[in-house]
Amino acid sequence: MPDPVITPALIKQHGLTPEEFERIRGILEREPNLTELGIFSVMWSEHCSYKNSRPLLKQFPTKSPKILVGAGEENAGIIDIGDGLAIAFKIESHNHPSAVEPFQGAATGVGGIIRDIFTMGARPVCAVNSLRFGPITTVDGSPAGPAVLKNRRLFTGVVAGIAHYGNCFGIPTIAGEVYFDASYEGNPLVNAFCLGVLRHEQIARGAAKGIGNPVFYVGPATGRDGLAGAAFASQDLTEESAEQQRGAVQVGDPFMEKLVMEACLELLATGAVAGIQDMGAAGLTCSTCETAARAGTGIEIDLAKVPQRAPNMTPYEIMLSESQERMLIIVHKGREEEVKRIFDKWDLPWAEIGFVTDTSRMVVKNHGVVVADIIARKLADEAPVYQREAREPAYLAAVRAFRLTGVPDTTDPAGNLNTLLAWPTIASKNWVYRQYDHMVRDGSVVCPGSDAAVIRIKADSLPTAADATAAVTEKYLALKVDCNAVYVYLDPYEGAKTVVAEVARNLACAGAVPLGSTDNLNYGNPHNPEIFWQLRESVRGLAEACRAFNAPVTGGNVSLYNQNPGGPIDPTPTVAMVGLVEKLEHVTTQWFKDAGDAIILLGEIADRQDPLLGLGGSAYLQRVHGLKTGSPPRCDLEREANLHLALRGLIHTGVVKSAHDCSDGGLAVALAECCISRPIARETPGLIGAVIDLSGYGDLRQDALLFGESQGRVVISVAPLHAAKVIAQAQALGVLASRLGTVGGSALQITTSAGKLEGDTRGLHDHWWHALARAMSGE
Amino acid sequence: MNFAVLQFPASNCDQDAVHVLRNVLGHSARLVWHKDTSLGGADAVIVPGGFSYGDYLRTGAIARFSPVMQAVQAFAAHGGLVLGICNGFQILCEAGLLPGALIRNRSLQFRCEHIFLRAPTPDSPFTNRIPAGQLLRVPIAHGEGCYFADDTTLGQLRAQNRILWQYVDAAGQPTDAANPNGSLDNIAGICNERRNVAGLMPHPERAAEGLLGSADGRLIFESLLHELTARAARPPAA
Amino acid sequence: MKAKIIITPKKAVLDPQGKTVQNALEHMGYQGIGAVHVGKYLEIEVTGDPAVLQGQIDEACRKFLSNPVIEDYKFQIE
Repeated sequence: MPDPVITPALIKQHGLTPEEFERIRGILEREPNLTELGIFSVMWSEHCSYKNSRPLLKQFPTKSPKILVGAGEENAGIIDIGDGLAIAFKIESHNHPSAVEPFQGAATGVGGIIRDIFTMGARPVCAVNSLRFGPITTVDGSPAGPAVLKNRRLFTGVVAGIAHYGNCFGIPTIAGEVYFDASYEGNPLVNAFCLGVLRHEQIARGAAKGIGNPVFYVGPATGRDGLAGAAFASQDLTEESAEQQRGAVQVGDPFMEKLVMEACLELLATGAVAGIQDMGAAGLTCSTCETAARAGTGIEIDLAKVPQRAPNMTPYEIMLSESQERMLIIVHKGREEEVKRIFDKWDLPWAEIGFVTDTSRMVVKNHGVVVADIIARKLADEAPVYQREAREPAYLAAVRAFRLTGVPDTTDPAGNLNTLLAWPTIASKNWVYRQYDHMVRDGSVVCPGSDAAVIRIKADSLPTAADATAAVTEKYLALKVDCNAVYVYLDPYEGAKTVVAEVARNLACAGAVPLGSTDNLNYGNPHNPEIFWQLRESVRGLAEACRAFNAPVTGGNVSLYNQNPGGPIDPTPTVAMVGLVEKLEHVTTQWFKDAGDAIILLGEIADRQDPLLGLGGSAYLQRVHGLKTGSPPRCDLEREANLHLALRGLIHTGVVKSAHDCSDGGLAVALAECCISRPIARETPGLIGAVIDLSGYGDLRQDALLFGESQGRVVISVAPLHAAKVIAQAQALGVLASRLGTVGGSALQITTSAGKLEGDTRGLHDHWWHALARAMSGE
Repeated sequence: MNFAVLQFPASNCDQDAVHVLRNVLGHSARLVWHKDTSLGGADAVIVPGGFSYGDYLRTGAIARFSPVMQAVQAFAAHGGLVLGICNGFQILCEAGLLPGALIRNRSLQFRCEHIFLRAPTPDSPFTNRIPAGQLLRVPIAHGEGCYFADDTTLGQLRAQNRILWQYVDAAGQPTDAANPNGSLDNIAGICNERRNVAGLMPHPERAAEGLLGSADGRLIFESLLHELTARAARPPAA
Repeated sequence: MKAKIIITPKKAVLDPQGKTVQNALEHMGYQGIGAVHVGKYLEIEVTGDPAVLQGQIDEACRKFLSNPVIEDYKFQIE
């Protein structure tokens, strides 16, 4: 079949501008053929090239003495955690595939990020995810309409897909977050994170080193998977059946991935590997040109040798296929037999498809005929870079002008508390995480349901090693992912700082010091100047905050064009952070432990400099008053960092029995969670009440006092005899500390100057724990 | 003691079983690859959890035909102790070493949570160290853990005290609310008629250290070790 | 030739999937919906003497492709 003529329409279908096409002609010094056009289109997509965001991403702090592999160098960054051990982690989006086919979209998202991690030579030891959907309930409890039903279907499918892949692969999905907001209707977000562990000397590189070294393809055969989902799909590309033209949804096979990982780690331990890279987005294209570009070499492959699942696949289709669970491995010449032995042991398909050259070109042949010939470096590293126009969004004027004058103070705080606890964004996510195996690998010290998860790293967390006799020092890592996108929507700069502050605060509550972070920037169409402004301002905030908490960015992902007919999504810069808990006894959970313990608030009761007293963008205003507006709570990074330092200091003295940060829903929700969130077993919550006295804060509105979301606040509990000392110590460290009350009883009682809020713990728990299950069963 | 822990291609709780037997309990544990035909003189066999062959077709259906399972059949036929955990339980049922089958949870969802277990009888190599009335807090993590057997089989299990573990509430009652998957009689685990082969859906190897929230699962391994020690002290049968 | 095999859960076995599908169909307004049983369908490409194949497929169904404790099967070769 002859190649079609490259028309302007075909170029546009590939998501390339006329200027970009000219640039391609300049690089090739001739006209590209269809295969080359396809290769450029995927390599120059935002996903692979960051062409719209790269100038902004330079602001991120990316260095620290602990960083062994930095952002952008490889598939994932690597951080030293001491004693010769290191971690590799990264977050990546799979938003659009999940919108089309939630189960497989989410499953392959998990598979992709796991591959990014073991490609680095690390053994993946835990997964985390951050999800966004449209509302799954109606505000007034009326029967769900088609939009809500669809949101539920997407939510069900995504969670089941993540569970399927992670559970079968055997990785604990140990933390996450889920928000529901109308801006995600039709455009859910699925951000998947994976962390792996390795020894310093085990770091593998995605570089095609060594002229003449053979290039192996490992994993299942290539099909037409994923071709339709991408922007470059072309209806009249081939004359084959309509079914084949449509391509196929990428289907994940976690069983295959488990085998590929075990085999790759076993092979890496032999020392036979010169370079390794997974075939993720743009599969064979990305892996070949990037490995050659990194090594400064060339690469030549013959597609006829690539295992193929469908008959009559064109070079274009083979190069652009997104079939899952495939790896490209460059092997030291003469050691091919070891590859074959190990992959045969695991019953995995493999093929030798090419070799490393000194031409610095990526040469693709099909049955010996050249079908693409491009200088690898120009393809991988010389994508166009755009400085888009930015303009402050018009809606922000009204947001900033918003005041509480028209909002009457609450008259039913107990009712508000129940409402907020049952609001899907705040409610317990047990309906989600009970579907994930979050305990496999015997390392889950703190499971989902506390501020941050904590996992133990032990000898068998590490990859296979040729010489694994050295004892391994156990390590404890805390993980959390966060993003209150409503704050970012209402103030991209301040909101983004808060995102980082909250995730860092969660780590501090678990007793951890941040090691590094990874971010997933989910935004609408960057050609819209208002969207680009959101991106620019929030990246500035993220960068500043990551510096403040010594949490350099080791990598991440940018997902743009998240739009639906109703408009763009809220700007959602998801941040996942990893911290180290020095000693096991420092690990701290959020729930109250013993009756009689003193409850202390670290930080100010409310930000009195904030005209909205922390209610701007709050869950309370959204849920109770239907208002998604007002400037969000301010984030004072210096004060916040000092709070974390002081909290960790107190934890290290051994007296802090629980620590929980105040975030969505404010102080009242935080206190309720301290009373009801302790898990014991199925149908058996660990409930304990608390008596709280806030009557001294009569100068504040009751709604702001109870439900305001002022930043920089943590609720801790300590044995009564330590209370006075802890308050003094905190204040000596520059952190305001005040006694709020005492743990005990079977109800949460909060006295304010306006009256008393009382909630039986059993009732509070019922609202909070079962809300998602009820919503999903349509109750 | 020497334990053989079977390793199928997608076993994923194999390392956890080895970790507990070796590092927590201080015994020898060795992974035995599914293509091996020998158990290497092990004193007992653990069939660990995971998805053995991706759980394609049916959970455990393909694993039972692997070479190592022939060795396990022979080992069990000679009275050797075999414990299947989660997917291991499913494999032992598929292999006919235990009666009944594990089908999809009645919620149709995978379920990972802590549950309480009661051991109705100490009369087995797997429960002899569990004090009467003590509840074990142990996690489950499965999508197909609903135990099913026909009435005749169920009657035999009851009559012969072969229901070794049941899901119960915090008060020790086998209520419907305490049943995480719809298992008949709240069955979490059983043994064969000869009492040398047992399987359970919960994961005792994930509840063997205090830092993971519970060490109750150790009692099951300690029961096994108690029996092995007793056997070692007995002169071999003629 | 193809061996077409249908595997269904035994009537006595709890079939939550079937029950869920049944409920959904009823909620969607379909009339006259009774019990639903969700099973598996396998298609195996085969060659050889049909009479011999008949015996082989039957054995494979009994020993491996279905679990007689919880499933029934039927097949045809065509």
